[in-house]
Amino acid sequence: MSEFLYLYRGGDSSGSPEEMQQTMQKWVAWMKQLGDQGHLKAIGNPLEPTGKVVKGKQKSAVTDGPYAEAKDLVGGYTLVEAKDIEEAAEVAWGCPIFDTGGFVEVRPILNMSM
Amino acid sequence: MEPVAVERDDHLFRHEAGRMVAALTRIFGVHNLALAEDVVQDAFCRALEVWKFRGVPENPAAWLMATAKHRAIDVLRRERTARTFAPELGRLLESEWTLVPVVHELFGACAIQDDELRMMFSCCHPRLPEPAQIALILHIPCGFSVREIASAFLSSNAAIEKRINRAKKVLAGSKKLFEVNGASDFSARLSAVHRALYLLFNEGYHGASTESAVRAELCGEALRLAGVLRRHPLASTPATLALGALMCLHAGRLPGRVDASGELHSLFEQDRSRWDANLIAEGQRLLDLSAVGCELTEYHVEAAIASVHSRALCAEDTDWERIVSLYDTLLVIRPSPVVALNRAIAIAQHQGAERGLEEIHSIAGLKRLADYPFYPATLGELELRSGRPAIACVHFHMARTLARNPMERRFVERRIAACQSSDSLARSAV
Repeated sequence: MSEFLYLYRGGDSSGSPEEMQQTMQKWVAWMKQLGDQGHLKAIGNPLEPTGKVVKGKQKSAVTDGPYAEAKDLVGGYTLVEAKDIEEAAEVAWGCPIFDTGGFVEVRPILNMSM
Repeated sequence: MEPVAVERDDHLFRHEAGRMVAALTRIFGVHNLALAEDVVQDAFCRALEVWKFRGVPENPAAWLMATAKHRAIDVLRRERTARTFAPELGRLLESEWTLVPVVHELFGACAIQDDELRMMFSCCHPRLPEPAQIALILHIPCGFSVREIASAFLSSNAAIEKRINRAKKVLAGSKKLFEVNGASDFSARLSAVHRALYLLFNEGYHGASTESAVRAELCGEALRLAGVLRRHPLASTPATLALGALMCLHAGRLPGRVDASGELHSLFEQDRSRWDANLIAEGQRLLDLSAVGCELTEYHVEAAIASVHSRALCAEDTDWERIVSLYDTLLVIRPSPVVALNRAIAIAQHQGAERGLEEIHSIAGLKRLADYPFYPATLGELELRSGRPAIACVHFHMARTLARNPMERRFVERRIAACQSSDSLARSAV
């Protein structure tokens, strides 16, 4: 088994209260399914949409986020386990983020073993 | 982690939206309704992001309310120089010493219950026509979006949006939310609220939308808001109780009215074992409680009629004489050709189809029934029972052209088929 990071990017989940509740329930169900299928290594965290970007050699190079365009902004992350990247990507298709126009970036965790 | 509480209330977000907007509008002032709605949307976004990962908290309603409260405090601090908030709270919100305690108090359970009621009363502003009042009630206290309301009324988004925006302007133009405690026009406004909830319930029961989920939701919302009225000592009048009784007794029959395949069944052909006995018992209880004081409202009489029906094991077993006399009373309180038509149906049950037809032909203002599909449908039914299937068929064809939705159309078509088989039976006998 290998580990992968899901980065949840973009997606506009605003809507009527009813729609938002449904979106929320889909996510809760999906996370539960990840766990039931043994893919969940760490459920991860949601991220605030704000932040700072720190780069360059001088302290003056600290800028306010968002760093990417809103549609690509990372909204949260989850650590999963899968056989290989193909399976990790396949599993990601079940994510409710696609209903709201977002996407999942699947990144293999670099392995220590040779 | 257990999503138990959300399952308990399938419409938690929607219901809490109404309560949160009411509480926030009280603090921000009615002119800042849009700001209150933004804060609520924000709270939901936050809940969505956090709950995705952490699961639904044990008390999700309290979590949402606390989030809205913290956002409100942020907004009050950030914008107190740029905006004016509720004028009656003015100074209390300006000082850091009083701001937080005041907001805490206004988010207390009792305060929110009052605000929910204030909002309902405010939506029934006398300057608003009834359809606007109903749209506003569905939008604010019930938390439906414009699109959801439009789909329930088979109306366009643009039309509903226009109606709601106009209504919001009237609402925002009033100085503050309707003051429930000690208002001189309280009872007049309470009547308007009753009427709006009654119409909302009817829309769910008879309305245009064919999707049974939508219809059940409209009835459910009317029932819920009638419950909000009942829980408030001032609003829990005999008329309020009678209105609740009427809704429960009718809603109890809903499962028999439309079957699993979406077919409409008249009271005479309903499978009464499918009625909801608990709702009917609750309706009966409320009806008993409503029988105090000296005021006899249309809701009392309509609930009494529904109660007679709910006690009968089958249509033949119904105390039709009692129903006719209740319709006589109802005609005095609220004269209308539809009420007169229902009275004629009861007379037909009691004294025969021919007598029923006579009654129908003598209804005052019969012209006002010209677009009502159940008027020709009733004529057809009584003609059929009188052994004149060919005439009945003409009436049913008329009803078919007036039918407001496919469910009504299929219902009438079944009756047309019944006329035709009865007609051919008569011919073959000759």
